[in-house]
Amino acid sequence: MSDYNFAYLDEQTKRMIRRAILKGLAVPGYQVTFASREMPMPYGWGTGGVQVSAATLTPEDTFKVIDQGSDDTTNAVSIRKFFEKTARVAVTEETEKASVIQTRHRIPEAALTEDQILVYQVPIPEPLRFLEPRETETRKMHALQEYGLMHVKLYEDISQHGAIATSYAYPVKVSDRYVMDPSPIPKFDNPKLEMAAIQLFGAGREQRIYAVPPWTPVVSLDFEDYPFEATKADHACDLCDAEDSYLDEVILDDAGNRMFVCSDTDYCRARREAGHVGRLGEEAA
Amino acid sequence: MSVSLNRAYGGGFADPAVDSARAFRAAMNVMAKPGEIRDLDSAQPPAPLSAAAGTLLLTLCDPETGVYLAGACDTPELRGWLAFHTGAPVVAAAEADFAVGTWAELMPLDPYRIGTSEYPDRSATLIVEMDALEQAGATLRGPGIKDSATLSLPDAAALAGNAMLYPLGLDFFFTCGGKVAALPRSTAISEG
Repeated sequence: MSDYNFAYLDEQTKRMIRRAILKGLAVPGYQVTFASREMPMPYGWGTGGVQVSAATLTPEDTFKVIDQGSDDTTNAVSIRKFFEKTARVAVTEETEKASVIQTRHRIPEAALTEDQILVYQVPIPEPLRFLEPRETETRKMHALQEYGLMHVKLYEDISQHGAIATSYAYPVKVSDRYVMDPSPIPKFDNPKLEMAAIQLFGAGREQRIYAVPPWTPVVSLDFEDYPFEATKADHACDLCDAEDSYLDEVILDDAGNRMFVCSDTDYCRARREAGHVGRLGEEAA
Repeated sequence: MSVSLNRAYGGGFADPAVDSARAFRAAMNVMAKPGEIRDLDSAQPPAPLSAAAGTLLLTLCDPETGVYLAGACDTPELRGWLAFHTGAPVVAAAEADFAVGTWAELMPLDPYRIGTSEYPDRSATLIVEMDALEQAGATLRGPGIKDSATLSLPDAAALAGNAMLYPLGLDFFFTCGGKVAALPRSTAISEG
């Protein structure tokens, strides 16, 4: 029992967010404006994702929160506890058991199902913002499908670095219409954006909500001679030996020793429990 | 007195916060997955409105959304019920955020707002009361649909015309008793 309204927000706010989510689903990739509320956490900590989750959760849900793939960072733990208290939802760290997953900057390694909902926390929803600071202009560019500037940016990457150096928040085109910022997920995750689950994106400070329905075509922008490439560190996980997961690099000491571990902590844990052991891992007891 | 009060003001959500959360989940799922049919019956609106249409109105409407009550839906009882539970103003079709009625009552589609090229979300959502709702009839393809889906549409040609306006256009809920389905403007429609 808590003294908060269900899922913290008042009903009128949730209705406003729900209407924005429905329009977002009807026009995949288009950023719907909404009247973002102050939340009991600072901007940058996932206020957009939290508001979308608050409008989406039902008491029957099982909720999971990840921050860069991890269930146990301060940000993930505090958001999980927030909804445990205000929405009385069950919580889990296991991807398969969650019905709603709020994420900061990763897509879980395990394939999501059509009964799951993935809520992204988005810092800068406008993919064109760093190329054109004026909202009036970026809005026109979306209206006219004028995305040449984005290709120029990717071309400049190639001319300077010999390859497309953009490694996260890699721009995508949704359903052959809107160019969208997939939030700062590593481009390794981009191919997973075409999935069975409903994907909702919330940007609190920037007051935007957008969505990608299941199975919507999501294409990472590229060139014929420089095709998109999903990249990751060229190692296996040092704890669970996974070769197919996105890895974090961890500096171990001053002597230059380092290790690579799965960024998705639940994926890594499940593999270790199944008996996989990496270079620096220990046999399960 | 109490009987007429019940008729005008009863039939709302028993537990508004939780009932509307569950109802929105159903509405979101059908909008995200055109062709899917879900249960939606936690409100009991006055006749002639269906439980599903009434639940949608309670879930999505408030003083910020204009509602157009088409044809036989525009009754004093329904106006009173909507005002009591949502506070939503009743407006003409051209100003409506939501419109509710049978397909014939809602026609023609021209007056409704379809959004602007810079704000395609500023468009109306039509809640169409149906005599039957089943996964048969017109073939649907597009976002939210793995290969193809089928849904009994009131007028596939008119709805295909709406889809041609993409990214502008209207979005539809179809309601029948306690069931709901949806058709966003992004869905491509072919007959049979």
